[in-house]
Amino acid sequence: MDGEELTQQETELYDRQIRVWGVDAQRRLSKANVLVCGMTGTVAEFCKNIVLAGVGSVTLVDDGVVTEAALSANFLIPPDESVSKGRTLAELCCDSLLEFNSMVRVSVEKGDISSFGEDFFSKFDVVVISSSSLATKKLINEKCRRLLRRVAFYTVDCRDSCGEIFVDLQNYKYTKKKVDEAVEFELKYPSFEEAITTPWKRLPRRMARLYFAMRVIEKFEEAEGRKPGETSILDFPGVMKKRQELCEEESFNESQIPDYLLERLVVGTREFPPVCAVIGGILGQEVIKAISGKGDPLKNFFFFDAFDGKGIIEDISNPDAAS
Amino acid sequence: MDSPPPLSAIKDAKVLMVGAGGIGCELLKTLALSGFPDIHIIDMDTIEVSNLNRQFLFRQKHVGQSKAKVAREAVLRFRPNISITPYHANVKDPDFNVDFFKQFSVVLNGLDNLDARRHVNRLCLAADVPLVESGTTGFLGQVTVHLKGKTECYECQPKPAPKSYPVCTITSTPSKFVHCIVWAKDLLFAKLFGDKAQDNDLNVRSGNASTSDHTEDVFERRKDEDIEEYGRRIYDHVFGYNIEVALANEETWKNRSKPRPIYSKDVLPERLIKQNGNMDSASATDNPSSVSAMASLGMKNPQEIWSLMENSKIFLEALKLFFGKRGKEVGNLSFDKDDQLAVEFVTSAANIRASSFGISLHSLFESKGIAGNIVHAVATTNAIIAGLIVIEAIKVLQKDARSYRMTYCLEHPSKKMLLMPVEPYEPNKSCYVCSETPLSLEINTHRSTLREFVDKIVKAKLGMNLPLIMHGSALLYEVGDDLEEDMVTNYAANLEKVLSELPSPVTSGTLLTVEDLQQELTCNISIKHREEFDEEKEPDGMVLSGWTPAPAVEKKDENHVDNGVGTSKNITNAEQVETNEDLEIVPADIETPAEKKRKLSEISNNDGLGTSRVAAKANNHSKVQDLDDDDDVVFISGGDSDPSKKRKLH
Repeated sequence: MDGEELTQQETELYDRQIRVWGVDAQRRLSKANVLVCGMTGTVAEFCKNIVLAGVGSVTLVDDGVVTEAALSANFLIPPDESVSKGRTLAELCCDSLLEFNSMVRVSVEKGDISSFGEDFFSKFDVVVISSSSLATKKLINEKCRRLLRRVAFYTVDCRDSCGEIFVDLQNYKYTKKKVDEAVEFELKYPSFEEAITTPWKRLPRRMARLYFAMRVIEKFEEAEGRKPGETSILDFPGVMKKRQELCEEESFNESQIPDYLLERLVVGTREFPPVCAVIGGILGQEVIKAISGKGDPLKNFFFFDAFDGKGIIEDISNPDAAS
Repeated sequence: MDSPPPLSAIKDAKVLMVGAGGIGCELLKTLALSGFPDIHIIDMDTIEVSNLNRQFLFRQKHVGQSKAKVAREAVLRFRPNISITPYHANVKDPDFNVDFFKQFSVVLNGLDNLDARRHVNRLCLAADVPLVESGTTGFLGQVTVHLKGKTECYECQPKPAPKSYPVCTITSTPSKFVHCIVWAKDLLFAKLFGDKAQDNDLNVRSGNASTSDHTEDVFERRKDEDIEEYGRRIYDHVFGYNIEVALANEETWKNRSKPRPIYSKDVLPERLIKQNGNMDSASATDNPSSVSAMASLGMKNPQEIWSLMENSKIFLEALKLFFGKRGKEVGNLSFDKDDQLAVEFVTSAANIRASSFGISLHSLFESKGIAGNIVHAVATTNAIIAGLIVIEAIKVLQKDARSYRMTYCLEHPSKKMLLMPVEPYEPNKSCYVCSETPLSLEINTHRSTLREFVDKIVKAKLGMNLPLIMHGSALLYEVGDDLEEDMVTNYAANLEKVLSELPSPVTSGTLLTVEDLQQELTCNISIKHREEFDEEKEPDGMVLSGWTPAPAVEKKDENHVDNGVGTSKNITNAEQVETNEDLEIVPADIETPAEKKRKLSEISNNDGLGTSRVAAKANNHSKVQDLDDDDDVVFISGGDSDPSKKRKLH
């Protein structure tokens, strides 16, 4: 995009959303570069949203091939095997996404994201990680935090009919118009590691249980050397043991992480499309807010469970962690 | 909800979607991914460029094609084996009758106007089919569930009606920019470029008679009149002369700041044509859709707020271009928000009038939004709402009544929640749609005609589409294709009569029965004669009561406001203008449930647990505590805790 003004094409196409967030925000979006890793159904939704919104570029990382699970939740993957044969998920999704908005540069980056250096990440304004191990999440988050320019970092995971989003905007300053004056806000976000090492007993009494359940599953997968989502009902006893272990460490009441919730997450490793739409939508909004600098970003976890229908924000930060 | 949803609930379902727009595209995609095998979809619209920022099933090449059909093709690409039946039609079409609706397990609305929503609501009630309603605007949205006899119907709670303005505010005493827009669009634009046969309030001044001969002269372009002369003449008449005349009536301005007359010679002393050269060189192409006053004058930024002078230039240039380049259309034009030249004309006219009345000026971008009733919209909210709709639809198919929720998508979290579920309420006993409450109407039976009754009450307020009006056994009016000619003549004659002079006279104490056979809705209206009505507070000249009427909500953002239609009959009636996904009243704070309403879980004959909960939560205040006290999901009896506990309670 040349020059500072929006083009005629952009003004026409983006009219309805410019009425929501204004021309300045739209300009900033058009300059933003987003990196996405893990082409799950939820991430497909997210990509669709930000491509429609008109970000500058989206880079996809996922060398996996098409599976039945992938097809069941990801509408960007063509069902025809002759089309998808030999192509990675990232490549297939890239082709579909390019159709949604010709002004957005969508591309693929091959390789293992944990092996990419800081130079690579410095090219982006936003990094979104999905379906990744605990170690990978921490690693990428750290790489982003070490960069000179601020890179917004998100993780997103959906299992069964639940979803979790984590947000790290580091030190984030933004302004809001209150009546006639512009008020400046500053939020300090903990890193992923800092957040999840917050002692459980320090957390508010009424917290989304999904947070704890996800941490148990995460730790279980790490201890067993599993890929994210590689669990089945056979693992349920093992997961319950892990829960017991963690609750002892944290002096936390086991009944706060109910059996039935863990069972759902262990067994229901496939994504549930309506939840992909909800989580992909919330995440899309968050990334748009962070890029445009407009609107209160959520801090720092978001949970959704289709069972109760609540979409909850939890602020999980460790007061003891060195900042 | 069970997890994962039992396949049979979805596998045997036949679903109707109404609307293939912002919510519709997201919904169709999510339904398909979720395994729904048989989906029908109704949408009367065709695709426009401004849809493409969120209606992602459509591409640039599809502009002009049917939304329902293109949506189907797009979804079949990734789910080739499901059945999607598109209808490029209006859902209010009589073909979509009760029998049509009865074939579906659930109806999912993704509509953009109140009128169609009410119609579908009634059909779903008549067919006894569950309805999942939804709406979005910007970052806000909601999903609601409606089951006949079990929950509120869509019309049980008042919905904000589109705002309407009294005639005098528009013609004489505007105080807001939107009043200027309505004047520019529905009066001036209509007068100059629209159907000459239509009544127009343009020269109406409160209390003064207009000399109709004189006004005809003024707005007609004289034979061979120089186009700029004509433009300046119109300018001077509406912004100068008319204001002078209005100022002469001292009473009007006693408590209001006076407008100032504006004359073109003062704002634009030099002729424009001299600056632009001749007409032909002004626009690069003869393509009527690219004709633009802004382009012609080298003004590029639609977000800019123009000065009075710039607005005046645009005004004259736009008028010139209409007559010069689009002369054939003059006399037939109606305002279209996608008509660049029309938007330019209305913006400039509204701004000049605003300037005259000391109201702040607005950019073309803003003006277009107000004049076109444009609702701002983004893809993400629609996606979220679509996900929530499917979740509710599945609950409905599983007949899991206790789990039904109204879900609100908020821009700012409330009690840490961005997505807030609330239990549905039981039906409103005084809802005239689902519980046959008698209504009463105050009206001047000697002055108001049957036509006014039909237009303002039966169609607008009661939302009936094909009404039938009876006084006892006498049929006063009906609509239909199969009527005999003498009946048609009879009804046409009746329309023009005042109520008291109808063949079966309608006077104070008369009980009228109004029906819509398609919607299977019957209303009984008791008539009370009243002589006088307040022009400002009761602009319709009639007052309907006995049912909670929809309050006309004045929204802070002018973009949300709808405006009326230009003829003298309709200017005070809010016309149901098509907007993008409408927003209902989103409860700002759910701590205010209506006193008399009870949530489903508290209806003691629903389930065994009823009595103890009702006793415990007897007053509204303790209902509020529900949210905070339990760790469990509060709304469900038993909540999200141990499922075995849940079974015990039932």
